[in-house]
Order: sequence, then C-alpha cells, then structure tokens
Amino acid sequence: MHDLQKAAPSVTDESNVARYVLIALALGFLALFLVLPLAVVFTQAFSKGLGAYVAALTHPDALAAIKLTLTVAAIAVPLNIVFGIAASWAIAKHEFRGKSLLITLVDLPFSVSPVVSGLVFVLLFGAQGLLGPWLREHNIEIIFALPGIVLATIFVTFPFVARELIPLMQDQGSADEEAALTLGASGIRAFLTVTLPNIRWALLYGVLLCNARAMGEFGAVAVVSGHIRGETNTMPLHVEILYNEYNFAASFAVASLLALLALVTLCIKTWLEWRYADALAAGRRH
Amino acid sequence: MDIFVEHITKNYVARETGSPAALDDVSLHIRSGELLALLGPSGSGKTTLLRVIAGLEFANRGRIRFGDLDATGIPVQKRGVGFVFQHYALFRHMNVFDNIAYGLRVRERATRPPEAEIRRRVEELLSLVQLATFEDRYPAQLSGGQRQRVALARALAIEPRMLLLDEPFGALDARVRKDLRRWLREIHDRTGQTTIFVTHDQEEALGIADRVAILKDGRIEQVGTPDEVHDDPASPFVMTFIGDTAALNVNIRNGAVLHAGKRLPIVGSSAGEGPGTLYVRPGHVQLAQTAGASLTGRVVSLRRFSSGQRAEVRLHGTGELVEAELPAGSHVNSGQDVGVNLGQVRIFR
Repeated sequence: MHDLQKAAPSVTDESNVARYVLIALALGFLALFLVLPLAVVFTQAFSKGLGAYVAALTHPDALAAIKLTLTVAAIAVPLNIVFGIAASWAIAKHEFRGKSLLITLVDLPFSVSPVVSGLVFVLLFGAQGLLGPWLREHNIEIIFALPGIVLATIFVTFPFVARELIPLMQDQGSADEEAALTLGASGIRAFLTVTLPNIRWALLYGVLLCNARAMGEFGAVAVVSGHIRGETNTMPLHVEILYNEYNFAASFAVASLLALLALVTLCIKTWLEWRYADALAAGRRH
Repeated sequence: MDIFVEHITKNYVARETGSPAALDDVSLHIRSGELLALLGPSGSGKTTLLRVIAGLEFANRGRIRFGDLDATGIPVQKRGVGFVFQHYALFRHMNVFDNIAYGLRVRERATRPPEAEIRRRVEELLSLVQLATFEDRYPAQLSGGQRQRVALARALAIEPRMLLLDEPFGALDARVRKDLRRWLREIHDRTGQTTIFVTHDQEEALGIADRVAILKDGRIEQVGTPDEVHDDPASPFVMTFIGDTAALNVNIRNGAVLHAGKRLPIVGSSAGEGPGTLYVRPGHVQLAQTAGASLTGRVVSLRRFSSGQRAEVRLHGTGELVEAELPAGSHVNSGQDVGVNLGQVRIFR
C-alpha cells in the first residue's frame, strides 16, 4: 500500500491496468471461494427460522456430537502441546543422530491423507487388526469408540504445535537457558521462567491452529468412529449425516457452529500474528 | 579464588562448523583476584575452555579445581560462577530489575534473601553499572552497551566465586567497546573478583588483562603478562598473532644470520643453526639511506595507521614485504628506494 503512494515509480511497479486487474482477480477469487460459501452456510442455517436453528442444535444427537467434539479436543490438544514442546525442544536444542528423520516424521501427518491415517488405526486396533484379538480379550474398545477418535485426532493435529515452535526455538538458541542455569536455576525452573515465556506467543498460535483442526477433522475420524449416532459422531460427521438425510437446515445449523469456530480462530490468529510479530521482532533485535 | 585447570582434554565436533574444536591437555592456573584473558583465533578452543570452567560443558579428561574444592563433577547451578554471554542472553520478557534479581529469586527458600534485601542488592548493582534509572526498562529498549552492563550486573548479583565473560564486547561497535573495556577494568579493580574473559582481539586482551593465555588448536601456546607475550613471544604463532609482523627467511651459520646470502648485523641470536624465520614488528624497522643499510628495498605503499604512518617495503632480491612505522615528519614517497635497518627481531627455527 505504501508503494501506491510513492511519487517516484520503482522498477517493480506495474502499470495501473495490471494493478487493478490483479486486485480484482484476487478479490473475486476470495469472494467466490471464501465469502460466498460462508454466507451460504449461515443463510441455509437460518432458512427455516431461528426456532428450527435452535431446535437443530439442541437435538440430543447434536448435543452429543458437540460434547464429543469438545471432549476429543480437550484430550488431544493438551497432549499435542506436551508432545509438540518435547519434540521441538529435542530438535532445537540438542544434536543427535536421526534428527532430520525426526523432523520429517513430525511433518508426516500433513503429507498423509487423513483417510489413510484413520485406516492405519483400524488396521492396528480394529477387530481384524493386528492388536484386535488381544484388545477383545481384555475388553478394550478403541475403534468405533472415543479412544480411536482421540488417537486419530492426535495423529492428524500433531505437527501444528511443533512446527510453530521449532523455527522459533532454533532461532533463539540456548543461551537464555544457560544463563538461567549459571544463575542457579534448576532445569524445570529455567524452563518455566525462561523458555516458556520466550515461546508463549508461538505456542498459543500453534495451540489455536491445533484446536481448530482437532474440532474440524473429518477424514481420519470418519474412518475410526463408526458413525454411531449420539455416541461416536463428532460435529463434522453429524453435519454429513444430516446432509445425507436431506435435513439441510439442521445440517447447516451445526455447520454454522463450526464456521463460527473458524471465524473466531481466524480473529484470534490475526490478533496473535500482530502481537507475535512484535514479540518476534523484539526477540530478533535482542 | 584460585582456579586450577588440570589436564583438561575434550574432543567433540563443533555444531556450526563441523570442524573439530577440542581441548588438548590444557593446564592453567588462574590466580585469585587476577583478570586473565583467553586469547586466540576462532576454533582455538578458548570459549570451550571457559564453558568447561563454568560447567556448561564437560571435559572428557582432566580436572577443574576452585581453590581446594574439586569442581569437576559439580553441576553448573552449584558452581557459583557469574557468566556473561557474548549476546547478553538477557531474559527479554523481564525488565532490568527482574533480570538482575533472577539469580537471587531462584534460590531455595532457606538461602533466598527477603525481597527487601533483594531490592537493596539490585539497586546497589544498578548504580555500580551506572543504570540506576533503567530498572523498569526491557532489554529491547536498551543499547548494546547497556545490555551488556545489565548482563554483568545480573552475573554479579549471585556473588559468584569468579566472573567468566565470553567475548563480552564482541557484538559492540568500536567506541562503546573501548569505554566498556576500561569500565570492566575499573569494576574488576573495585570488586577484586577473579575474572576470566575470552577474546579474539589482541588489543583488547593486552589492554586490560593482568595476564594473557594464548590458545591455538586447543593448546595453550603461552601464558604471561601483556609485556611478556608481546615482547618475548614463545612461538612464531604468538609473535604473529600479537601485533603485526614481517617474516623473512634467513639462514643461521656459525651464529651469523644470513638473509639471501648477506650477513645481517643482528646480535644475540640463540636460535641454533640452519634455516629459520626472522620476525620483526613494524615499530622495530627503520628506513634509512640505501648506502650502508643492511637491506634495501622499494617503498610500494604508504598508509595511515591510527596516529602514525606506515610504509610497506618490497625488499630487493627476495621480494619479501616488510612494514615500517615512520617517525613523525619523515618524508618517504611511494616508489622510492630505501635502506632497511632492523632493530629488535625474533628468530624461530
């Protein structure tokens, strides 16, 4: 934007025509693929009036789906915070064999199709799976139950926290921690008073993305959940079931909740980016 | 607190460069209350040695003793060393006051001073480092020199047995560096704290240290006062590393020093017989008339050197380059033929 106001044109400036064509293209694309669908979700959700909207959300199956989704996120996100911090700590502050392999593995869930991730757990823990007979003997239910959904969600959302933290921690090095140690702080004390505050914004950012994905995950969860209404249906699955039953208003009502979650996440993320950019810049100047 | 470094050996591959940065059987005695500089080029192991003394790294072999106490196995938290990092390593989310108070606040309840005592101590340190009005500032709001002073105050707050500084002025510009250097010397004289600092800047080391230990490839080449290492270097490396030098190939026969077959009027050569290298500093080279001079050459360039001027002379015959410091008011032109007389020289074989 600042470039537009400059009097003297720079070599990288485009002609006015090119500039407006590019802007129009970008805005048109945004409107068609992002704003319009979002608007459709909300108009469809309220198409049969507020009463139907509330009824769809308070239906026992819908409430069960919301509860399950929140439960899964409440288990998966904290665990991924712990795993994420541990992995980035190991990668950023230590040298060891197989480090680049570990970095690749952290990214694996991003490169594997979610359906495949779900299938892996079915093959491992399902009735015909590798550990199936043993699990049945001990009466442990994983597939078509909460543990399976949590496992699949953890797998799919694993990279978010680690990927935010690794570059930041590598950039910061370990001098701050070493300083704390020379001043007499124990390892855990140094972590809590020095490391954690240094990474807090990036961590929050990673947690936010992780949470959004944990609540919105469809593919992997669909494979392991078994679609048992009121029991193993998460919100995204519930949306699909309602839609397949031609119950559009109810389907979009539940979908609007997910869309709302996305919007809130986006707002906090933008605010964090603004905050976090400042903190990061201070870190660099430091 | 006397510090004894005894036969410290450490082998490892440095993270950044991948080159072996090691310590090879290093022994060193740091006297109580002295200011010692560890001087050497990068990769010489000087920082590694400092970190081994601090307990931030451990040696494969050898011992570290603090006075009568064997500190080899003591973890860094319990060693009681004040460590100052090259890039300050201040806690960026804490203000100056909290940074300095950190070492006192993390103590166990039994030994932790009350908050009022901490405040008194931090304020005392703030005035020592001349930052009394800065206690509410955050590190990002301070200049490099101010940050380093906060880092020093933070290290002093724990009343350390010794002060260890890793290239403390390396990241600062020349002017600030000079002020801080003098100021570090003053603080040292006032507190009497045994202090070791690492530097690759020989001027810095000679300028403020009581003694200098020169390292090369993980070994100590020489330990001595600034005068000793400057005027009486123990090896060609020390000679060339401490100050500028010119090197001439010479041959020693029957005690006479021959350069390109010509005898040089140099006395007191105890270097033995055979080929060797003669080192001379620019301050000990005088330019003269060509007639009667022991060496002759042509001035190839003249350049400013801080307050004086230096001439670079290419010797006739061998083509070797010799730098000479010119006395004030001398008139030498580039391209002129001159005679070269050598004053104090060192010959190593």
